[in-house]
Amino acid sequence: MTDTAWIDAALTSARPQAVGALLRYFRNLDTAEEAFQSACLRALKSWPQNGPPRDPAAWLIMVGRNVAIDDIRRGRKQQPLPADEAISDLDDAEEELADRLDGSQYRDDILRLLFICCHPDLPATQQIALALRIVSGLTVKQIARAFLVSEAAMEQRITRAKARVADANMPFETPGAIERTERLSAVAAMVYLIFNEGYSAGGDTAEIRAPLCEEAIRLARLLLRLFQSEPEIMGLTALLLLQHARSAARFDAEGALVLLDDQDRSLWNHKMIAEGLALIDKAMRHRRTGPYQIQAAIAALHARAATPEETDWTQIDLLYGTLEIMQPSPVVTLNRAVAVSKVRGPEAALQMIEPLAPRLSNYFHFFGVRGAFLMQLGRNDEARVAFDRAIALANTSAEAAHIRMHLDRLMRDSTPAPAKIQEK
Amino acid sequence: MLYAILCYNDEDLVGSWTQEQDEAVMKKLAVVQDKLARQGRLGPVARLLPTTSATTLRKDDPPVVIDGPYAETKEQLLGFYIVDCNNLDEALDVARDLGAANPGGAYEIRPVGVLNPGSSPA
Repeated sequence: MTDTAWIDAALTSARPQAVGALLRYFRNLDTAEEAFQSACLRALKSWPQNGPPRDPAAWLIMVGRNVAIDDIRRGRKQQPLPADEAISDLDDAEEELADRLDGSQYRDDILRLLFICCHPDLPATQQIALALRIVSGLTVKQIARAFLVSEAAMEQRITRAKARVADANMPFETPGAIERTERLSAVAAMVYLIFNEGYSAGGDTAEIRAPLCEEAIRLARLLLRLFQSEPEIMGLTALLLLQHARSAARFDAEGALVLLDDQDRSLWNHKMIAEGLALIDKAMRHRRTGPYQIQAAIAALHARAATPEETDWTQIDLLYGTLEIMQPSPVVTLNRAVAVSKVRGPEAALQMIEPLAPRLSNYFHFFGVRGAFLMQLGRNDEARVAFDRAIALANTSAEAAHIRMHLDRLMRDSTPAPAKIQEK
Repeated sequence: MLYAILCYNDEDLVGSWTQEQDEAVMKKLAVVQDKLARQGRLGPVARLLPTTSATTLRKDDPPVVIDGPYAETKEQLLGFYIVDCNNLDEALDVARDLGAANPGGAYEIRPVGVLNPGSSPA
């Protein structure tokens, strides 16, 4: 690995801790980010000559802080009315430097940094963009690409989100146990959103958006290292790993979606699966179940099956049943119905989803699944109506292509083929 | 004499490598390993899963299971086992049996990601 590649990796991995600490000192997001940027520039000059520091994050915090203090002092001379609260922490600055060794605050620093991105006033897309910019350090260009919008639009979105966050009261006091748990669950939900933003991409854009999944996994692992005994964080990390492990098999050469049953399982990433399974094992020992753990357990049952036929659908049905109680939602019931169709047949599954129709009348997957059940029951005309509706509601071309494949099959099946019958 | 060479690095940093960077490093390591293997000098090589997948059994009376890697510095690494288990509970049972035979200290239980059994007759 070249020097610069090594330094890039070191700066990326130190970023959450360093920006988190700088934010605690300066209580201003822009100042913290600028301080970190200045420190990175100095690292690029100093590290190749002097070799890497023992603790890159501590180095960046110290240097970033000194540079920012200088800047503030210099600014002070020119501007007679400084923002005093911006440097409120500077008196005990030297003492605080010592705490990099025990690292007791660093957990809350990173959590705070992630938590301010989850501000409830921000729409989900802005939360994600802000986290990717501030915590992960992706460039605006990279984020814009992953979101398939122009750089200017993304720049504006992030600027607006930052202004919103700056106006709000940022939580700087050390959180109590209950507050910490609440922050952690908000942050976990955001990490899951980042992942889904990448995971729900169509085949044509999956590759461009895959970095979102990878970044979400990195953040989940980071959270888990900070909160080692939280079964739901184990579950979240496992869930992301187990889902992302299938990414190479999820689309065919034309970019159409390939369903789990039809995926080439040799394309699954077995290293990620092993890690996901190990984390689920760990989480289960706590006997404190939660939605991420259950979803991960379902993903684990798929991952464990060497062939689709070996899938333990009975267990999956039970797990979805638990999830329905914990987090009632028509989408969960719809997913459960797929398991039910395998265990008790398409008739039972169809009955299960009929009551969902009013609530899912604009949901692509509802009509895709409904069409599939009807097709299995030989009710081809009704299936065709459902599939037509699904295509109209498809979010990506991959989804539409997948449904069209079903329709083609229906067309073939309804065409008489006398030669075939004689063969039988 | 057989030597164990234990690998230490910053996990955050290694975890920040892109897949290409990771593969490039593994490829360079494979060159060194292949040479040793051809000479019949290479024993098992293991790449462990991240410390987030680790569990620690403190060999107190009774033994205590803690999430995460072994983090104390007052004990030193004295040896290791590689055991085939169906799940973490089985691995913990093995560790408990070992702990009963040799109390004190701790075992860190970490899934093995990649294992190259090597070529050495050891």
